[in-house]
Amino acid sequence: MSISEVPQGRLRTPFYSRLQKLDTLNTWHEWKGYSSADALYCAETEYFAIRNATGVFDLTPMTKYRITGPDALDYLDRLVTRDMRKIKPGRVAYAVWCNDQGQVIDDGTIFHLREGEYRLCSQERHFAWLTAAAIGFDVSIVVETAEIAALAVQGPTSFSVLSRMGLEGLGDLKPFGLMHFEFEGAELLVSRTGYTGDLGYEVWIAAEKAEALWDALFDAGKLHGIRPIGTSALDLARIEAGYLAAFEDFLPADTTVRTGRSRSPFELGLDWLVDFKKPNFNGRRALAEEKRNGSTWRLVKLDIEGNKPAHHSYIYAKEKRNRKEIGFITSAAWSPVCKQNIALGTVRMPHGKPGDTVWVEIFYQREMHWTRVMAKAVVVDKPFWFPPRRSLTPPAPY
Amino acid sequence: MTDRYDAIVVGAGHNGLVCAALLGKAGKRVLLLEANRQVGGAAVTRPFADGYSVSAAAHLLYQLQPDVQKDLKLNLKMAADNMSTIVLSADGQHVRYCGDQVSGVRQKDVAKFAEFHKRMARYSDLLRTAFNKPPPRLGTTNKKDLFSLARLGFDVRRLGKIEMREFLRLIGMNIYDELFERFDSPLLKGGLSLDAVLGTHLGPRSPNTIMTYLYRLAGNRGRIASPAGGMGSVSDALAQAARAAGVTIRTDMPVKRIVVENGRVTGVETEGGEKFFSLTIVSNADPRRTIMKLVGARHLETRFIQRINNIRMRGNAAKLHLALDGLPTIDGLARKDFGERLLIAADENYVERAFNPAKYGESSPSPVLELTFPSFRDESLAPSGKHVMSAIVQYAPYNLKGGWNEAARERFKQAAIKAISQYAPDIEQRIVASELLTPADIEREFHMTGGHWHHGELTLDQFLFVRPVAGAAQYQMPLDGLYLCGAGTHPGGGVSGAAGRNAARVILSGGNRA
Repeated sequence: MSISEVPQGRLRTPFYSRLQKLDTLNTWHEWKGYSSADALYCAETEYFAIRNATGVFDLTPMTKYRITGPDALDYLDRLVTRDMRKIKPGRVAYAVWCNDQGQVIDDGTIFHLREGEYRLCSQERHFAWLTAAAIGFDVSIVVETAEIAALAVQGPTSFSVLSRMGLEGLGDLKPFGLMHFEFEGAELLVSRTGYTGDLGYEVWIAAEKAEALWDALFDAGKLHGIRPIGTSALDLARIEAGYLAAFEDFLPADTTVRTGRSRSPFELGLDWLVDFKKPNFNGRRALAEEKRNGSTWRLVKLDIEGNKPAHHSYIYAKEKRNRKEIGFITSAAWSPVCKQNIALGTVRMPHGKPGDTVWVEIFYQREMHWTRVMAKAVVVDKPFWFPPRRSLTPPAPY
Repeated sequence: MTDRYDAIVVGAGHNGLVCAALLGKAGKRVLLLEANRQVGGAAVTRPFADGYSVSAAAHLLYQLQPDVQKDLKLNLKMAADNMSTIVLSADGQHVRYCGDQVSGVRQKDVAKFAEFHKRMARYSDLLRTAFNKPPPRLGTTNKKDLFSLARLGFDVRRLGKIEMREFLRLIGMNIYDELFERFDSPLLKGGLSLDAVLGTHLGPRSPNTIMTYLYRLAGNRGRIASPAGGMGSVSDALAQAARAAGVTIRTDMPVKRIVVENGRVTGVETEGGEKFFSLTIVSNADPRRTIMKLVGARHLETRFIQRINNIRMRGNAAKLHLALDGLPTIDGLARKDFGERLLIAADENYVERAFNPAKYGESSPSPVLELTFPSFRDESLAPSGKHVMSAIVQYAPYNLKGGWNEAARERFKQAAIKAISQYAPDIEQRIVASELLTPADIEREFHMTGGHWHHGELTLDQFLFVRPVAGAAQYQMPLDGLYLCGAGTHPGGGVSGAAGRNAARVILSGGNRA
């Protein structure tokens, strides 16, 4: 490829022609080289599409790697902390991978497409790391970010929309399952996965068929309140679901400069993903040591009193005297569906056990003047939003 | 269970033998497995033609450490000791040096050589003290490490201000510039250049060749010996010491893999399917073979594997063995001089030019050579009145363009013989049989990755704390129970036994995890 053939400036996803027509705000940001919409017409309305109907998010910029070869399973099992041998074909695994020091590089999903054939998806790009990790393994790693177009179809009516599109048998698909369908002669992959904590699917297709898929989807969704959504709405939904975002709730270990700024899976509340019973995985020695000696940080979900979102706040152990700063908020929002002031944060161990009370210092502006409140917050264990419909199989036809 | 051992040593090279013997002496139940029929690794004597035997890889003894000899009560018989080096000249005006003496050069060079040797010997002594103990690790709070690091700094500082400055100036430098500034004699410069680059993928103008020169000196101030019965007799003596210490030695037992269970080693499995159990596995194989082939990337961390995989170990030296029906004629060389070490390196540029093609995957059309006639002082190696020539020929890159096929081997062999015949015109008529071992053959016969007999280039980036790689100095791998004891670890190659001895000390102290 000569330099003149390299796409210059921001890339557009194969859905751009459709998004552009529906976009009235023209607020876009950059996501790994692609333009991605903050919101298309109104972030709040888009958010309610996720919770009450169907929101469609263009996740094509999500980095996708196709991993195949005789050692694909061994390779992935060494890469991530969870036991990949348990992930059968047709299943999807949420996973984290760590550097040699047991610090999280990123989280993502691994799709076991067919026997021995995998796709790894993550928000950030990791080709260098994945290639380094492949030394000594007979595997092929192919970046297929641009070749595969993908949409998140999320919300209570999403099952009805996709069923109306003619995807027979979708009702049997359990959370973290995937199915192959045919769409206009191309293979359509549907997985019951998402970033909203609600009933929802992600659909994956060759980029050439992207526009046709969009049209068919929106045609089928007309009566089910289907709406395109941007990142703002999705971000609110993911905080309610208690999902982490790289560069918000943790820094990928390979981007930190100072020691102590990266996090281990334990420090992100992902203990359940770390399996010491499986054969070696990257970071195992370091994590075993951390398990013995204890972690430094703990990720907490906070239910905060009042209605002022606690963006960028310090967290304290006590309200007044001997106030000791124990951590900080990383993501915060007023949750419309829970009617709660919620946040994700990081606190120093041993603080932040579920049920503990902590204090959050919230600054907000009222007619230019700054006001400060110390808001009481309770550490909660479960996600803020976890409706039964999320895992009900077959899903109810809303 | 009968097959359970306190330690299993994989590979009976000289370091494996030393390590096993010392572990055995300390009362451990030790099994030593060797892939080949003979023990010794690259320090073996074996026949290569009817009635002719030769030290198949290493052929001179520079630095078998006195500590090793003392610990194992070895009593080695030398066929020759304190050998001179003779750099051959086509006109018979050869240059000869030994210790701080040189002859065949002008008076100015004689004085400068004495000064040069004195300084180099002083610096090499510094390295030598560091050789016989595990290298300190960086970035730890372990008192022993900090102390030995401080000691290293102190030793350098103790040279005095001027000498320390000179040491720090020279240590990373190329030898070409230093020789150019110092000496006039092209032959002397050629010979010293070859001393610096022997066995490496470096030319005299490559940085770091002062360091490789110092390394050659470090064992015993460059004193060269040739053991009676060839290098194999050193290995046999070590094997004897090991057996006396209760070590079980089994040859013809190539290890297929080192078994790992639950994050630690638990034993080995041989190619024949036999299994042996031990919670301590010591590998004398090179780091790359040990980790990538015997253990598997699966069981270790990504960056560690990457570092191991990137160890520079491209062998570039070939071994030429000639069975001769008599000594060749070399103009200006007395008969007794055939017992010395002869070099073909006309000048420093000749050596650099020989290296040039190797950078691009081609062998040298005019190679440099180190010749010895071991049968001259040791009649056991050849039929009566006949002789053996053993030569190291450079450069023969491991990754030869087009591979080491028959034609490429023949071409390189002829180039070597042609180079010799410039000094010994009758060499060709005297050849009864010949054998060329390219790095590819050396890899096959001695199981050394890349055919590199130092198990990894001896350069500053792969030396001391970072040998074999950062985070794995001190013989202990980041996998419980796995140790290395070969030339790939500190201090490095050469038949010194230092690595094997240091490894045994670390193992006996129960490891040194920081």
